[in-house]
Amino acid sequence: MKAILGAGLGLKPQHFDQALQCSAVGMWFEVHPENYLMAGGPRLAWLDAVRNRHPLSLHGVSLSLAGAEPPDRQHLQRLAALIARIEPALVSEHLAWSTLNGRYFPDLLPVPRTNAVLARVAANIAQTQDVLKRPIAIENPSHYLRMDNHGWSETDFLGELVSRTGCALLVDINNVYVSAHNLGYDACAYLDQLPAQAIAEIHLAGHSIDEDDDAHLLIDSHDAPVIEPVWQLYRHLLKRIGERPTLIERDDRIPDFSELLQERNQAQEILMAQGVMP
Amino acid sequence: MSTQADTFQHDFIRAIYDHEDESATLAQLTQQPGFKVYRNTVIKASIDALAANFPSIVQLVGTDWFHSAALIHVRAEPPESVCLIEYGRRFVDFLRDFPPAAELTYLADIAHLDRCWTECHIAADERALEPAQLAALAPDLLLQSVLRIRAGVRWHWCATQPAYTIWDANRRQDELTQELNWQGEGALLSRIDGAVVWQPASLGMCVFLDVCAQDADLQTATGKALEAESTLDVAALLGTLLAAQVFAA
Repeated sequence: MKAILGAGLGLKPQHFDQALQCSAVGMWFEVHPENYLMAGGPRLAWLDAVRNRHPLSLHGVSLSLAGAEPPDRQHLQRLAALIARIEPALVSEHLAWSTLNGRYFPDLLPVPRTNAVLARVAANIAQTQDVLKRPIAIENPSHYLRMDNHGWSETDFLGELVSRTGCALLVDINNVYVSAHNLGYDACAYLDQLPAQAIAEIHLAGHSIDEDDDAHLLIDSHDAPVIEPVWQLYRHLLKRIGERPTLIERDDRIPDFSELLQERNQAQEILMAQGVMP
Repeated sequence: MSTQADTFQHDFIRAIYDHEDESATLAQLTQQPGFKVYRNTVIKASIDALAANFPSIVQLVGTDWFHSAALIHVRAEPPESVCLIEYGRRFVDFLRDFPPAAELTYLADIAHLDRCWTECHIAADERALEPAQLAALAPDLLLQSVLRIRAGVRWHWCATQPAYTIWDANRRQDELTQELNWQGEGALLSRIDGAVVWQPASLGMCVFLDVCAQDADLQTATGKALEAESTLDVAALLGTLLAAQVFAA
């Protein structure tokens, strides 16, 4: 029987033992595959051990699907091998780019949403899904720049990618909140425009305020607890689409496992309140 | 063929790395305060990756010095691999030729040993040769054997400086307690049961391993090792290497 994914946590090396022993109902863990694409060694052994106890999700940050180049073949092959090894419950990537001419720029970089870019991203997703032999979920990134040359809204763009490629969506509600603040749109309306059936996973995280006061920017820093307005948006989205596997992300200023588990339990309770989760 | 998206990406990256670039096509973006978020993230993540991959260098030179040096390298050589644990292949050569490090003549060797540690850490899993397997061979067969070195093993000889002692202390984030003996030193690193362990290596051991790595037989490797280090105890050397799980089964 397929495990039911409730609320999960990003897996951190310092929490390895507690993660392994955690017996919370519905628990699962997510990792960036880029940290596990090596030939062998203890990292892969850790991942195997966690996978023996819990469902895992692979959340890629570097396939550069919004880039002008097709996904790197060697990267895809290594990812396919990792997928064959750990049989993840979920596989996801971002609507962003990060590689160019054989160099990696470690961030999720933006792109104008034009028809040409749409065709390219759809082709890159299709190629990825062909090699991985499974659909992937595409995450909405955080935005910090206004671009004049968007031909598509992000929600329509994502919806069109779903139609063209059969991909799923990963909705990062903190990213929606941060982007809505930075670019001046309505986060609630954004969530309402996403195709409910396509949403396979939800991310929740904390953010910070940019040190430059004049910039009035929120930064998707993953270094703080989820704030109440993001929890409210989460409840709002679940009310429309039903429960979905939900991840608490924390990548900086990482607290004790117990503190993250508490935050994760808050998401689990909200999921259970939807009535279907165990 | 260059497409619009191509041009956009090239301009974007140029603006990330070059603050002075006032490319007209991107001015609308680079003049917004949000552009620096991308610039900061790309540069910081690259520097953080170098710091994680070269902890002994950070320990040795301090965070500020490391940050300044890494910034120059990061701007010249962005990561090639999306697996950031692999980043820094050229950082060793960069440090060797970095003018402010001219007096720290051992820095490149220390960085090389950090790199060796990472290569051991991420290498393919392989079973080690059991001493009994070697002991079972008749002496003449033993000398004709070609021993393959496991993927998770690295060694390095530094001819003129006590690189091993300096690296060992800094890798363990320890103070150098002993008086440095300013002569050549070598290191042997091997991943055993998931953990990278290390020990000093003599010139003879390093030559022996160099020759083994070229698929030469034990007789050849032993001969070359003795040429380099006439007092080498070959039986003890084999025992040390077997205990360190240097050879593949």
